[in-house]
Amino acid sequence: MNIRNVSLILNRELKSYFSSLTVYIVILMFLLMTGYFFYNLLATFSIVSFQAQTDPMLAKQYQLLNINETVIRPLFGSISIILLLMTPLLTMRLFAEEKKTGTIELLLTFPVNDVDVVLGKYLASLAVLLVMIALTATYPILLIALGEPEVVPMLTGYLGLILIGAAAISLGIFTSSLTENQIVSASISFGMLFFFWLISYSVPLVSAGLGQVLSYLSINEHIASLSKGVVDSEDIIYYLCFIVLFLFLTLRSLETKRWR
Amino acid sequence: MIEVENLIKEYGEFRAIDNISFSVEKGEILGFLGPNGAGKTTVMRILTCFFPPTKGKAIVAGYDCFEDSLNVRKRIGYLPQRVPLYEDMKVKDYLRFVAAIKGTPAKEVNRKADKVMDDCGLNDVSGKLINTISGGYRQRVGIAQALVNDPEVLILDEPTVGLDPKQIKEIRNLIKELAGRHTVILSTHILPEVSILCGRVIIINKGKLVAEDRPENLATESAQRMLLRISGDAQKIEQELAHVAGVKGVEKELSSGSNANGFIVTLEDEKQGRQGIQAMIERNRFELLEMRLMEVSLEDIFIDLVTKEEA
Repeated sequence: MNIRNVSLILNRELKSYFSSLTVYIVILMFLLMTGYFFYNLLATFSIVSFQAQTDPMLAKQYQLLNINETVIRPLFGSISIILLLMTPLLTMRLFAEEKKTGTIELLLTFPVNDVDVVLGKYLASLAVLLVMIALTATYPILLIALGEPEVVPMLTGYLGLILIGAAAISLGIFTSSLTENQIVSASISFGMLFFFWLISYSVPLVSAGLGQVLSYLSINEHIASLSKGVVDSEDIIYYLCFIVLFLFLTLRSLETKRWR
Repeated sequence: MIEVENLIKEYGEFRAIDNISFSVEKGEILGFLGPNGAGKTTVMRILTCFFPPTKGKAIVAGYDCFEDSLNVRKRIGYLPQRVPLYEDMKVKDYLRFVAAIKGTPAKEVNRKADKVMDDCGLNDVSGKLINTISGGYRQRVGIAQALVNDPEVLILDEPTVGLDPKQIKEIRNLIKELAGRHTVILSTHILPEVSILCGRVIIINKGKLVAEDRPENLATESAQRMLLRISGDAQKIEQELAHVAGVKGVEKELSSGSNANGFIVTLEDEKQGRQGIQAMIERNRFELLEMRLMEVSLEDIFIDLVTKEEA
């Protein structure tokens, strides 16, 4: 690995991201969707807590007055799903476009290791992801300004979002290396991410042992405790393994392309 | 500088390159000729380490293309056929990026990019996006990125395709200047280009090497052909022509007008044939309208070599 080459490729990819309209539209849509969820959660919370002032039974029944439980946790849950929907749109061009236009031929004949290429591209889309996630910070900042939420679960929740997004991107860069068609790449990413998202739905249908495996594989099971403020090394390790696995598969896919 | 030994490349069942060997000396310009699908690009892709050969060896600047690919890639400049460039970058930024990624020290990146833009005549478009410049400039950016790091070996896949005559001349002059300092392999369809630029030519067809020689030798080896326009009885003229000593074959040339019969005569011996034809015309009192040697085109050499190969 050569840090200079990684940063050269990272820089080029970033310039390319922000010189096209796509990334701005993806970010805009992401913010519209997450903002919509935030507005609805907050509005529901304020109506219910207003009612609870006059009806103590209601308050007791639903334990609704905790803003972390009723606004922030569901918000992080929604943002994580929206991230799974949007990341394929960020990653689909990384290799597919270079294959289509033929620039991959020059890129792979430059004196650069494949690892540097993959890492540079991965970090570029990770940077865009971080921008997207950072922009959602307006929601918790508003909550802190208006109420008194717990800050620690918010921070660990953000750690969770970054990890799930970083994992989704590693899968996306892999599918982009498989094809020269960006739509194909995005479709495969969507499909695979959906599978990793919904795999835990089958848990009740299978034996207990297999069920445990399936729920461990599920990509969004692992942010549940993070958004409660609990940092479990098992969850962190899951995401790190996920990322390393798909970056490794991307490297292999580039190599087999050379062999064919 | 470049050694290729028994190179074989197979795509599944299909053999794209079949046992090709050749070598290129330092400072030489080697022309690579062949019809479409002959395997020119495949050989170039192996030499640039884009993919490895199925069998055989390719050594560039002393390093094996497969075992020591990074060292080879440091020493080559490559212009692929369709000139794939990052369309969303400015010319200047693109060349700086390539210079840096080819290992130019950070301090020298700008200087090298500026110099190569000077050399390739790109100063007028240096601030423009690549997708807005004309085909000629694109081609030059392609050559510039191959040259930016002053590589020992240049591999150019059809460097003058799609350019206008003036640009072609400029690019050829540019390539000519490179000889001596750089070793160049270039592929082309155009014979004059080869005779202008290259010291040596390799012709491949269907993945096999069919000829390797100096360009002028290739042209003379191939049989001479002469165009004749003679007015008179076409059938009689054809018969008479066929009997002239030194003439190997007679073909009708169909594009000529009504009373001027056109013939293409293949000559075994140019001088003898010419004299024989002259005597034959005088004897028969035909009227000679036109008589000239036809320029040997690449296609003729191809067809000649390929049919020889198959016979």
